[in-house]
Amino acid sequence: MLSKRIIVCLDVRAGKLAKSVRFANTQDIGDPVEKARYYYEEGVDELVFYDITASREEREILIDFVAEVARQIFIPFSVGGGIRSVADAAKLRNAGAEKVNINSAAVRRKELITEISKAIGTQSTVLSMDIRRVTPVETIPSGYEIVINGGTEPVGLDALQWAKTGEALGAGELVINSIDADGTKDGYELLLTRLIADNVSIPVIASGGAGKPEHLYAALTEGHADAALIASIAHFGTFTIRQLKDYLAGRGVRVRRNF
Amino acid sequence: MITVIDYGAGNIGSVIRACEELGAAVAVTGNPSAVKQAEKIIFPGVGAAPSAMENLMRNRLDIALKEAVKNGVPVLGICLGAQIILERSEEGNQTCLGLLPGTTVRFRVPDTAYKIPHIGWNEVKVVQHHPLLEGIKPGDEFYFVHSYYPRPADEANIYAISDHGQEFCAALGKANLFAAQFHPEKSGRLGLELLRRFLDWDGTV
Repeated sequence: MLSKRIIVCLDVRAGKLAKSVRFANTQDIGDPVEKARYYYEEGVDELVFYDITASREEREILIDFVAEVARQIFIPFSVGGGIRSVADAAKLRNAGAEKVNINSAAVRRKELITEISKAIGTQSTVLSMDIRRVTPVETIPSGYEIVINGGTEPVGLDALQWAKTGEALGAGELVINSIDADGTKDGYELLLTRLIADNVSIPVIASGGAGKPEHLYAALTEGHADAALIASIAHFGTFTIRQLKDYLAGRGVRVRRNF
Repeated sequence: MITVIDYGAGNIGSVIRACEELGAAVAVTGNPSAVKQAEKIIFPGVGAAPSAMENLMRNRLDIALKEAVKNGVPVLGICLGAQIILERSEEGNQTCLGLLPGTTVRFRVPDTAYKIPHIGWNEVKVVQHHPLLEGIKPGDEFYFVHSYYPRPADEANIYAISDHGQEFCAALGKANLFAAQFHPEKSGRLGLELLRRFLDWDGTV
């Protein structure tokens, strides 16, 4: 039986680890390759590197960074943040990323999902969605809408609808990131996660809000997620990967133990 | 020297890096003569069976690989390389290499709780002893990412199984040919250990 996955997200800027607050100010806090290696040895199942670099020049550093990570860790890792074209995606894949996460660029032009999945494969194409709760209206019947540009710009797109569209267009996995839950440490947005997980046949990764092991448990059981993405609770050493896995295993969730 | 066959079927960087991590000398080639002369071969692959077979045949790598297998060269197939060694794949109803009898089929899962592609870490249960699977314990997991899986016709060719709504073959082979549906190069320490066993393998079972 497939295990549930724990995925750690690291924000990276110009090849340096940045404090993981994607929707607020950032500061550099260390060497991401070292951090990746640490999590790898601690038993993380996958990693996501989210590139928050502003300038084009600095984004070249990202490729070198990806290549270095690929030389040191032998688990799948994904890269997201500002991927706008098939060329961007292919370059990252060739440098060693197993998958790429696309978000705003796909919302602006949905054909990009198909183009990227044709070029590098569905299994390597992850559609990330930043979502917030709203009062249901005709165009947003689910009560959850998509926002882009770091959670600032609503686009009038229903999240459930977008998830299904993403799947149909070639996304191999979905990251469901709740803007409302993100940073709160009060837990994942379970209703949202479950709503989408129940309506697509591709794997779903819960994201946003994890503060304690119980939250991961809820997302992976009640939330019907296949994987839980964490950032702060890992980076600030609140819980180690081992502790999280011990907790989950103790409550009957299948997780990878021998690593 | 490990020869990694490059036939345009997906990213082989991870396989190369994993071999290098283990201290192996690696030659990457799409040249059939080089394959025919190889002392040990890794046959990777990610993507779709039809285009993979087309690439192999266009470059006459299918002939070269078959010859290498016939000559007793140790061969490790990975992912797509575990699927197209059978006779046919349901993917595109594609005729494949026919190195082993059987068909590669798509997952048919009982309900929507089982997602396709099958992505993530899953238990590999050894059902028949093999030197490359030495040391794998119950509960050990490897990384899978696929929508199709090999279904060998001869049970004697099945070395390990896994489960995703249905039991399926995770490792198969015969004599000097061994193939894994999972990705040893992405399965952390356990995967590197399997690759290390391949580096030491003389091709006998």
